[in-house]
Amino acid sequence: MPFKKTVPRTVFLFLFMAAWLVQAQASADEERPAYGDTIIVGSIGDASTLIPMLASDATSHEIAGLIYNGLVKYDRNLNLVGDLAESWDITNNGKTITFHLRHGVKWQDGEPFTSADVLFGFKTIINPKTPTAYAGDFLEVEKAEAPDDYTFKVTYKEPFAPALSSWGDIVVLPKHLLKGKDITKSPLARKPVGLGPYKLKLWKTQERIELEANPGYFDGRPYLDGYIMRVIPDPATMFMELKAGGIDWMGLSPVQYRRQTNTPFFRENFRKYKYLSFSYTYLGYNLRHPFFKDRRVRQAISYAIDKEEIIRGVLLGLGVVATGPYKPDAWFYNPAVRRYPYDPERARKLLAECGWTDRDGDGIIDKNGVPFSFTVLTNQGNSLRDRTAQIIQYRLKQVGIKMNIRQLEWTAFINDFIDKRRFEAVILGWTLGQDPDIYDIWHSSKTGPKELNFIGYKNPEVDRLLLMGRRTFNREERKKIYFKIQEIIAEDQPYTFLYVPMALPVIHARFHGIHPAPAGISYNFIRWWVPKNEQKYIMR
Amino acid sequence: MDFLIWFGKRLLALVPTFIGITIISFSVMHMAPGEPMSLQADFNPKMTPEMRQRLRAQYGLDKPLYVQYGKWLKGLVQLDLGRSFSPDRRKVWDKIKERLPVTILINVLSMILIILVAVPLGVWAAVRQNSLFDQVTTVLVFIAYAAPAFWVALLLMLYFGIELNWLPVSGLHTLMGYERMDAWHKVLDWGKHLILPVFVSAIGGLAGFSRYTRSSMLEVLRQDFITTARAKGLPERTVIYRHALRNALLPLITILGLSIPGLIGGSVIFESIFAIPGVGQLMWSAVMARDYPVLMGNLVIVAVMTLLGNLLADMGYAAADPRIRTGIREEE
Repeated sequence: MPFKKTVPRTVFLFLFMAAWLVQAQASADEERPAYGDTIIVGSIGDASTLIPMLASDATSHEIAGLIYNGLVKYDRNLNLVGDLAESWDITNNGKTITFHLRHGVKWQDGEPFTSADVLFGFKTIINPKTPTAYAGDFLEVEKAEAPDDYTFKVTYKEPFAPALSSWGDIVVLPKHLLKGKDITKSPLARKPVGLGPYKLKLWKTQERIELEANPGYFDGRPYLDGYIMRVIPDPATMFMELKAGGIDWMGLSPVQYRRQTNTPFFRENFRKYKYLSFSYTYLGYNLRHPFFKDRRVRQAISYAIDKEEIIRGVLLGLGVVATGPYKPDAWFYNPAVRRYPYDPERARKLLAECGWTDRDGDGIIDKNGVPFSFTVLTNQGNSLRDRTAQIIQYRLKQVGIKMNIRQLEWTAFINDFIDKRRFEAVILGWTLGQDPDIYDIWHSSKTGPKELNFIGYKNPEVDRLLLMGRRTFNREERKKIYFKIQEIIAEDQPYTFLYVPMALPVIHARFHGIHPAPAGISYNFIRWWVPKNEQKYIMR
Repeated sequence: MDFLIWFGKRLLALVPTFIGITIISFSVMHMAPGEPMSLQADFNPKMTPEMRQRLRAQYGLDKPLYVQYGKWLKGLVQLDLGRSFSPDRRKVWDKIKERLPVTILINVLSMILIILVAVPLGVWAAVRQNSLFDQVTTVLVFIAYAAPAFWVALLLMLYFGIELNWLPVSGLHTLMGYERMDAWHKVLDWGKHLILPVFVSAIGGLAGFSRYTRSSMLEVLRQDFITTARAKGLPERTVIYRHALRNALLPLITILGLSIPGLIGGSVIFESIFAIPGVGQLMWSAVMARDYPVLMGNLVIVAVMTLLGNLLADMGYAAADPRIRTGIREEE
């Protein structure tokens, strides 16, 4: 769940809500899918390493996701299903998970895949010498064993619900190529050998990565022969390349989506999609600050901000109001929490209740001689957040609050201000996972230096529920727990939740088989295809 | 022999300067907020404090600054720039090496273009001082100089790449079918891709260089020996190109020498806009990620080139101007 700091990259894992989906295409798919053709995807950044557990950037994971597979994966409706594991049993009061692996799966160099590879990957990720950012989930493991080639058994100290999803593609490594070697110096970082639908053909740093179909893929050869990712750091250039036919797939900005892609040329050559992205943007308060200690003040600010207006002005309508820490189409989203519609009167009343009124007539409310004036920090280079801040500034002024805006370079922002708690309020965003666990952001034990509950939120009831949510695998029980958490957080308003933006991918019209689902569009990428007569790039 | 001693002394004098540059760069770099793991670790819920400490130790960041510098300097003496802090942990020299050719190619081409265009432009403007031609070029050159490179680049891409569809928008060569082209078509393909980047990167230099040529030329044209040459009845062409221009080019040697580091420095702006994988982009991302070894590696190369460029400029000057050569003798 890393912080989102730039405009989304080429979009991969995104949800959508049926009601918001405009363009859906179905017709042509009754035809028989054909093999062939290549898709060219634009990305603003290059991958860093193609060993998934060492990578920390989105592009590396996108590419590695096509080369490697995990024991489990999320299906189109965000249910966990088997991938390399055919099935699994949860026993011992939820403490033990036994995975039954597929037979006959081969690494791309021809070696058979066995449970030893999983065990090896697990041992590597918990090895202190491995510089990985993902060891956290695996440190909860008490014991991991591979009783036979096709069984992998893992026992946890306590039941840990997010554990199941952690057995994805990050932890499966080819033991025969890595055993006894220093993973940080392994050639696999540049020349990966995976089990997945595609294998690496060529990687020219900062220029492009070419993948070709793996004919022996256990789940059936992908229809598209090739996948090429072109690195184009400048979004304006990328859009021109799209128009010039140089790329087939990129993520659009709201302006591009609304105003620059409605030409006959675009309608004929491209399909646009939109669905809610896996993220939300919020205004977070430093709860240690005297202004924001009283939750009525935070509620008042939430009433004073017109979120619909922000979505219209900043996202050109391509987003929805966020009401809590989840996006509205997730199974654990609670739609019935307290909402804060735009109501400046109510905001003023709440502020007056707390003693904030304009006593000296300067237009700014004050209390004990201190005017209500604070500075909101946000990261430089994110124009959406900058404009959001300006709209908020305008609205808060109307209820007598003076808000200043300060933009900071990312690293300085995090190290000098967030980590040292030298902030009053921030506008930032979170990227969401597919699991509802949000322990790291909201539990009161996570307020230490470098930890994610940097606003200092402490609520014993939420603490208790967050732990409960981790201890059960039962979906219905978890749903109840997380519904309750959302109710409490909505009441407390430690953040003013602003919006969930939409992902806006555009893809060339010759690609068929794209069916948007709660998981986004790329979940069935290996089943996308191009009719023979429309194929553009013939690879062999 | 005298010259060799002089050269050796100059070369030796560069060593302390170089060490000074690296010390300053090293400490300034570490003063910037944040650390190399920031990008991997900040706001990552799976990152525990112990892992953070371990990473710091792996990178050697837990040691005092002078120890880190000493270790780095020791590597440098053995011509080892170390390994990058980014997740790929590649050797710094490998990372720089793969980017150098394209950066040098573009910068050399743009330097040639600058000289080919700016020198005649400057000479003509000087010869016809205050004429309409002079005034028009002055204005045009300054407009080109003032226009932001990224904006010019986008306009050119839009016009030549999309409206007219004559030139490719970005990249270095055609993506599909490039392998099957013969050598001639490959060169042609590269040429088409390079036109816009080379032009855009030359625009700024063009303005400066033509102005330098002009003012230097004006100064020389006022000299007595030009009057002499004209009085001798030499044709105006000979006066200008053989007598005046040769002398006017002297200061330009210095400027050329100083632009040598720029040849490998690269430019973030046009490299990003045209999606060219050059040194500039590497440097930029290294700054953003606080990738100290890569940054230092780049700085070393740029520092060496700057110092050598200075030296070469001095030498070129000495070679071109007998007065300076004599000066050296007197000094010795």
